[in-house]
Amino acid sequence: MAMTRNADAVAPVRSSGPVSIWVTGHASTAIGSLGRLARQPFASLMIILVIAVTLALPAAINLVVKNASSVSDSWDNALDFSVFLKRQVSLSEAEALARLIGQRADIETVELISAEDALAEFKRQSGFAEALDQLPDNPLPHTLLVRPSVGNTSASLILLQEEIGNLPESDFVQVDTEWVQRFHAILDIVRQAISIGAALLAVAIVVIIANTIRLDIENRREEIEVTKLIGATNAFVRRPFLWTGFWYGLLGGLTALALVHYGLFMLEGPVAKLSGLYQSNIAVVSLDLREGAVIIGIGVFLGLFASWFTAARHMRRIEPR
Amino acid sequence: MIRLENVTKRYPGGQEALSGLDLSVDKGEMVFITGHSGAGKSTLLRLIALIERPTGGQVIVDNQNTSRVKRRKIPAYRRQMGMVFQDHKLLYDRPVFDNVALPLIIAGVSRRDAGRRVRAALDQVSLLHKEKRSPETLSAGEQQRVGIARAIVTRPKLLIADEPTGNLDPELSLEVMRIFRRFNEVGVTLLIASHDISLIDRLGCRRIALEEGRLQQEIDPWQ
Repeated sequence: MAMTRNADAVAPVRSSGPVSIWVTGHASTAIGSLGRLARQPFASLMIILVIAVTLALPAAINLVVKNASSVSDSWDNALDFSVFLKRQVSLSEAEALARLIGQRADIETVELISAEDALAEFKRQSGFAEALDQLPDNPLPHTLLVRPSVGNTSASLILLQEEIGNLPESDFVQVDTEWVQRFHAILDIVRQAISIGAALLAVAIVVIIANTIRLDIENRREEIEVTKLIGATNAFVRRPFLWTGFWYGLLGGLTALALVHYGLFMLEGPVAKLSGLYQSNIAVVSLDLREGAVIIGIGVFLGLFASWFTAARHMRRIEPR
Repeated sequence: MIRLENVTKRYPGGQEALSGLDLSVDKGEMVFITGHSGAGKSTLLRLIALIERPTGGQVIVDNQNTSRVKRRKIPAYRRQMGMVFQDHKLLYDRPVFDNVALPLIIAGVSRRDAGRRVRAALDQVSLLHKEKRSPETLSAGEQQRVGIARAIVTRPKLLIADEPTGNLDPELSLEVMRIFRRFNEVGVTLLIASHDISLIDRLGCRRIALEEGRLQQEIDPWQ
């Protein structure tokens, strides 16, 4: 009844459809809220920066993990393994075996470490030189360090290791993958830690935005009261605050992306240097489009959630007196 | 248009602002409510605007029993009337035009369509040339006229005003009353709380005097 009466009052003006009114209403509120942020550039910038850093932190750590795991993935394919020969194999037999294996297409190089060399190195590194001198004879076998060629798949690598392990001269084959597995396990833990940390940081962002919006609402209390007095609904008075939250989230997300990219840019030089030292091409993996969108999306979602939650709570409370 | 039946408003402290008040205002009437401060004038208007609810009795506005207007429906209820306040209640962070356009924007009229009606309303209070000014730069009388333009921009059938001339000198007060008079001539019902009896007597309207929340005297120059 009240609605129709109101429509009557408005009737002489030809108004556009309800959807376009809603859209233009929101558009002007959105611009208004952005303008309000721009009028307090320093305060707004501080909040946006806090949100950006909070978003960038887990994103950056995630990126480090992503890079680390991509580097370690490439290690899996070209893996050296050690073949310990039986004690009774003589040095000349070992040399012959090394030459023979070294001719295979699926093997790049074979390096022979004689029992004497191994003992000498062990003495040097362990510091037990004198104790080792007491030994009646060398307990160490001859060892072949095999580097498979790059073309191997992980399946063909296992076959190769088995084949060489089954040679009559070999005692056993030791594959140095354990540390890679440990490394992957560590990365998994870090990933878990990021999820937990990111959830806590998300709570922090919600609290920051909610608090800012709450102060904003208190500052505009009189305006809210007057607007309600002349017939504004809770939804209407809530709108500018929702947009404020949206802008905080969006600008925070964009700034977070900029921070991460700046960080990557700073790391490019050192990584290239490291890559040169290892004679491999470790390229830094950046955020892809989807991850960028996820960061911005999370920012916007948290901004909207925080402002909606706060505005809904306070709008009901503020009534004309 | 407005009917109060045995309306009582008691505040938590036990103080009664209105006690068993009956009164009625017909469509197209212009009625003044007078009385000392504390007589219950403002409370009466607050009950009509649903800023407060009565402790007892019925307030019926345009055939709607206000006790049946749910909280959620209050905004739509308020939009059917215009309200003018002693302290203007303008928004000082935006120009005159935006202040007057606000009720239209709330009602969902697009800004473009609102323009014509805002200018018509400002024209009626002779402030057309000041639409871009900030309310702060206007005199008290001009600010009150902006408040009136905002109240009438949606062309309400009912206008309520609480001490609209409270802060104005006699000349400006008369000017404001003349504006109200013009609205009344085109059929708007007005209920105005005021203590300026000499001014009211010059207008020749019905006057309801309140004292301690009760009807003290009713003066109808037409009878």
